[in-house]
Amino acid sequence: MSVDVLSRETAPPPSASTLRLQFRRFRKNHLAMASVWLLALIVLGCFFGPYAFPFTGEDADFDFISAPAHFQWPHLFGTDEFGRDLLVRVLEGGQVSLTIGFLGALVAGVIGVLYGAVAGFVGGRADGLMMRAVEILYGFPYVILVILLSLLFGGGNLALFAAIVFTLWLTPAVIVRAQAQSLARREFIEAARAGGMTGRQIVLEHIVPNCMSVVIVYGSLLVPEVILSESFLSFLGIGIKEPQASWGNLISSGTSAMDSDLRLLLLPGVLLALVLLCLNFIADGLRDAFDPNDR
Amino acid sequence: MTLLESRNLGVGYRIPGTGLFSAARMLPIVHDLSLTLDPGRTLGVVGESGCGKSTLGRALLRLIVPSDGQVLWQGEDMATIPDLRRRRAEMQIIFQDPVAALDPRMTLAKIVSRPLATFEPNLSRKDARARAVQALEQVGLSADFADRFPHELSGGQAQRVGIARAIVGRPKLIICDEPVSALDVSIQAQVINLLMELQEKMGLALVFISHNLAVVRHISHDVMVMCLGRVVEQAPRSEFYARPLHPYSQALMDAVPEPDPRREKGRVGTALAGELPSVLNPPPGCVFASRCPKATDLCRQTRPELRTVAPGRQAACHFIEA
Repeated sequence: MSVDVLSRETAPPPSASTLRLQFRRFRKNHLAMASVWLLALIVLGCFFGPYAFPFTGEDADFDFISAPAHFQWPHLFGTDEFGRDLLVRVLEGGQVSLTIGFLGALVAGVIGVLYGAVAGFVGGRADGLMMRAVEILYGFPYVILVILLSLLFGGGNLALFAAIVFTLWLTPAVIVRAQAQSLARREFIEAARAGGMTGRQIVLEHIVPNCMSVVIVYGSLLVPEVILSESFLSFLGIGIKEPQASWGNLISSGTSAMDSDLRLLLLPGVLLALVLLCLNFIADGLRDAFDPNDR
Repeated sequence: MTLLESRNLGVGYRIPGTGLFSAARMLPIVHDLSLTLDPGRTLGVVGESGCGKSTLGRALLRLIVPSDGQVLWQGEDMATIPDLRRRRAEMQIIFQDPVAALDPRMTLAKIVSRPLATFEPNLSRKDARARAVQALEQVGLSADFADRFPHELSGGQAQRVGIARAIVGRPKLIICDEPVSALDVSIQAQVINLLMELQEKMGLALVFISHNLAVVRHISHDVMVMCLGRVVEQAPRSEFYARPLHPYSQALMDAVPEPDPRREKGRVGTALAGELPSVLNPPPGCVFASRCPKATDLCRQTRPELRTVAPGRQAACHFIEA
């Protein structure tokens, strides 16, 4: 055994981190990248578009009641039966729907990831209890929960938001818990313990970052899920209330007028469908880029 | 002064009971194990897969809480050391799978310097990084490795990073849990020699867990043979390799293949016959009785105690004459 251990090894030319490689792969996916740009356009349009108009979505213009889409300034897509500009209302409704979507997904995601990471890492009886609790909550009827929460919070957007988060953090928790469980058995976790790290440090510094690729993919699917449930609840009339607009209640009122004027349904419906499509394509691209089985 | 001592150490894992509501049972892995290790010495722990070597290594560091007995660190009971977390700088571990032992999301500098955040909290981030780079250089990796990720490394390089992480807090003991069994033979030699060199420079004590008798012979001062969670023989290295006393040790030695194929072909095989007894339902007698060529009814009924059979040598067998 005459191997010279002191012959110092030099590193190979630098390569990118896993995360950077994954994003590089994502950028090669044209459909996903187009979706990113289109989604960005819609988001910017919703948040800044209404400022281009001399009125808000709640201002009634009595000279134009139920005006058709004639693509002329200022009522490009016409007005509704109260004389409110349809395009501005849809854009403002988009603000509400998109905000609830992204914020809801973020909050539900953070809660779910932390809960799942702790359960999977701690294991044993605590894990059993935590996951049984999740299963019980899974069994809870969603719509009844929303009604209960609206009573509790006195209605309004907060109740809606709380109800959406309350039901949607469960799935990320289950997904992350499975991932955390397999990570907890890896040797680098043991090395971290030998290095004197506390359980909380291990969860935050090792478990959560290593669940990130799953979380990013799932998170991008969570956003459309939140938007859909907001729309669904608003459609049922227990979500966002008139006169405030959201894509859900716009579609709802559009549906009741669809026999005479399809445009009231089409504009919010098409925008919602576009956003959902974009988010699903993005999620798909992220999954292709991040899935470890694909490497 | 003794660095590490275990007294009648017992380790078990909790496994779920058979029924839905039955209580968890203890699956005993290590029984009644006593050892001492002096600073700067190497204890080789050998035994077949599943005999409890790795569990012992983790229990010695209290990464697994023992179910029985004590581990003393420099005379202090580990169970009562206040703030053991920070004292872990003195006792480190390296692992069998060198790549799995590194967090894939962290750079090597971060991996190696992270323990310092706990052990030396007053160290600035820059100094911690400098110490990490220094540790990487000590294990033969140049500074340009510092910002690399584990997936860019070979197995041997990854194991060196594991060693760098272990030595960065200036330990007195490193538990080496099969550190070379996942590596190529040529790389094994590099890692073993690196460990021996670090031992000499830093006065490290090593517990070297392996099933490779040749590697243990190269690195150890003393050898301990484990079978089914019990020590069956303990001896200084050269005496042990000159003449293993316990039939189990002899069987392990016999199982090593001969490098020369012609001689290997002519060798009389003494492969062990018989079943390994169940860990959940251990036999009352000697742990090796079911497979031992010399076993008698005495062996099957009465467990032989570990006793001194020659100066400095202990074995657990009824038939070894002192």
